[in-house]
Amino acid sequence: MTSSLNLWLIPVLPLAGAAINGFLGKKSSRTAVTVVGLVFSGTTFAWALSVALRFSSVSLPYQEFVAQWIRSGSFSADFALYLDQLSLIMLLVVTGVGFLIHIYSVGYMWDDPSYYRFFAYLNLFMFFMLTLILANNYLLMFIGWEGVGLASYLLIGFWFTKDSAASAGKKAFIVNRIGDFGFLIALFLIIQRFGSLNFTQLFAQVQPMAPETGSAGLLTAIGILLMVGACGKSAQIPLYVWLPDAMEGPTPVSALIHAATMVTAGVYMVSRSHVIFERAPTALMVVAVIGTLTAFFAATIGIAQTDIKKVLAYSTISQLGYMFMACGVGAFSAGIFHLMTHAFFKGLLFLAAGSVIHAVGGEQDMRKMGGLKSYIPVTFGTMFIATLAIAGIPPFAGFWSKDEILWQAYQTSWVYWLIGVVTAFITSFYMFRLLFMTFWGDYRGAQVDGHGHVHSAHGHDDHGHGEPHESPMVMLVPLMILAFLSVVGGLVGIGNRFEHFLAPVFSSGAISEVTRETASSVTEYVLMGTSVTVAFLGLFFAYVLYVSKPYLPQRIADSLNGFYTAVLHKYYIDEFYAKLFVKPVIQGSTAILWQGVDRKIIDDSVNNAADGARHVSDEVRHMQSGNLRSYAGWIAAGSALVIAYMIWMGVR
Amino acid sequence: MVPLSYYLVLSGFLFACGVAGFLIKRNIITIFMSIELMLNGVNLSFVAFAAHWHVLAGQVFVFFVMVVAAAEAAVGLAIIIAVYRTRETLNVDQVNLLKL
Repeated sequence: MTSSLNLWLIPVLPLAGAAINGFLGKKSSRTAVTVVGLVFSGTTFAWALSVALRFSSVSLPYQEFVAQWIRSGSFSADFALYLDQLSLIMLLVVTGVGFLIHIYSVGYMWDDPSYYRFFAYLNLFMFFMLTLILANNYLLMFIGWEGVGLASYLLIGFWFTKDSAASAGKKAFIVNRIGDFGFLIALFLIIQRFGSLNFTQLFAQVQPMAPETGSAGLLTAIGILLMVGACGKSAQIPLYVWLPDAMEGPTPVSALIHAATMVTAGVYMVSRSHVIFERAPTALMVVAVIGTLTAFFAATIGIAQTDIKKVLAYSTISQLGYMFMACGVGAFSAGIFHLMTHAFFKGLLFLAAGSVIHAVGGEQDMRKMGGLKSYIPVTFGTMFIATLAIAGIPPFAGFWSKDEILWQAYQTSWVYWLIGVVTAFITSFYMFRLLFMTFWGDYRGAQVDGHGHVHSAHGHDDHGHGEPHESPMVMLVPLMILAFLSVVGGLVGIGNRFEHFLAPVFSSGAISEVTRETASSVTEYVLMGTSVTVAFLGLFFAYVLYVSKPYLPQRIADSLNGFYTAVLHKYYIDEFYAKLFVKPVIQGSTAILWQGVDRKIIDDSVNNAADGARHVSDEVRHMQSGNLRSYAGWIAAGSALVIAYMIWMGVR
Repeated sequence: MVPLSYYLVLSGFLFACGVAGFLIKRNIITIFMSIELMLNGVNLSFVAFAAHWHVLAGQVFVFFVMVVAAAEAAVGLAIIIAVYRTRETLNVDQVNLLKL
């Protein structure tokens, strides 16, 4: 390695931005905050690009030592960075999409009183995310992992004066903690068995081990525990409940953290650990099953949601499920491919949704939108592209990656494929439902507001109830760029070029290469045709239900009464968790920890010590009478006591 | 020869008498005398030990104590006279203020 890429600049730049905005932002002007926020994230992106340009000139994997961190016996973990094809892709996605969302936020958050705080947090998030991606050992990765959790918590609860936002932040943080617990135990197991968390050293040790077929062993345990961690961060069953609530945060946050980057950390981590997973078929199967179930389950919930951001949240969970499905069948590069295209179109969807919300004055309920097509044409156009992309309609980005995943899944088991295709249909349906409800038909905003109050409403808040208006250019430009990427982003996958690019990372696979390309290309085209067909079917059904015959959905909902209510209430999972976990914990804490331990033991011991001291002093203070002879008496008694003690000791 | 323990018992008795007198009596002069009694009780044990172990240090100490006691008596009696002049009583229970 002759040339240095100065990778350390990439995480440090956003950190500097966060520090400047965080400490000085309150006193500086909005323009200054904007400049700092954009310059630092922009430079990061530029530097990532320059790294990408020089990528071919360095030997891979490229490692860069920054500083010594922990040295304990034979164990060591350093601040050191690691770059290979996988981290490069993540790097470009995170910095690129991140930068676009920074630009967008300038427009979206301009009127917010805590404008500077938002940019400080956003930069802080970038720092932790890049640490996570570039770490060369699991421990540093874990720092980034926890750090993005923190940034996510701060940003979900950004409007912390709103009760729901504050509790959504807490929920996200606590649910993530549960996953992190699994991740941590996996790390402990690795340290205990392999003595190193360094990727190169660890994987070199794991490489020669035989796959744990038949009986599950250490690698299976590690793999499943890592997956528990990934479930928390990437919102998979059973830990997905925090993501829909996370939509309480500002929309750019939902786009950046809860759609495009942070939630994909789990996929990245599983892909990074592919050496372990490939040798633990049971763990791999767990990943695939969780992914598949989540994809399907979340998609069905998405059908009945009426909050525009909630629909997108469930679709994110569902798409993440696809990625895990890909990882689970050993097609890590397909998972990463979908991760990348998903970052484009889901980031775009959220930003466009933000633009819609901005246009209708903060309304998020799709039932109060409609007909926005003519009011906000740019937003509509970009969102339409993103919807086509996520629905899997060629030649948009989502089609290529989703098709790749389904193809790979089919080679493992047709069950995964079938559920995947059904999910693709549902995805297409609910995404077009969102599009049609929002942009087609008549504008329903004023009516729903009104019932006689329409006229008075115009008086006091013309921003909220006026005509829907298009967003400023600063918000539209990122939309257009992302729309462009959503169109062409998938083309890199043609002819398996993406897979070949990532091949050096995943080539060590024990499963790959063997099962690959066993099915004929005819099958591949049939499968491709099927997934395109279901995508169009979804579009068609959504069109029928929400454009041509808008009275139908209500009738269907009525006829499926019980089931519809269950879906509307997200299968009562939140209520179920509340009963099963939250309530016992709260009751236990109240009865035992609070009333028992805290009040009875800790408080009482302190209070009784104080009371005791006062009572004793109350008695003792009578000794100080001012009477000289009583003092003498005490002295005599005391010395008599001492002498008696000494005599007694002497006798012994 | 009288055994050492006799002296020590007498010494302890004298000291105890001194302590009791100090605690019980109200008259300053009596208290003062009780202090002297305690000092002399201790002196007795000093000389007894000195004679028993044939070491002169004990007797030398007794001289020191006597000198100090004499000096103390001089100062103490002066204070008593001063107290009597100002308060016209020698009852310690009534002499409980440093300043009139």
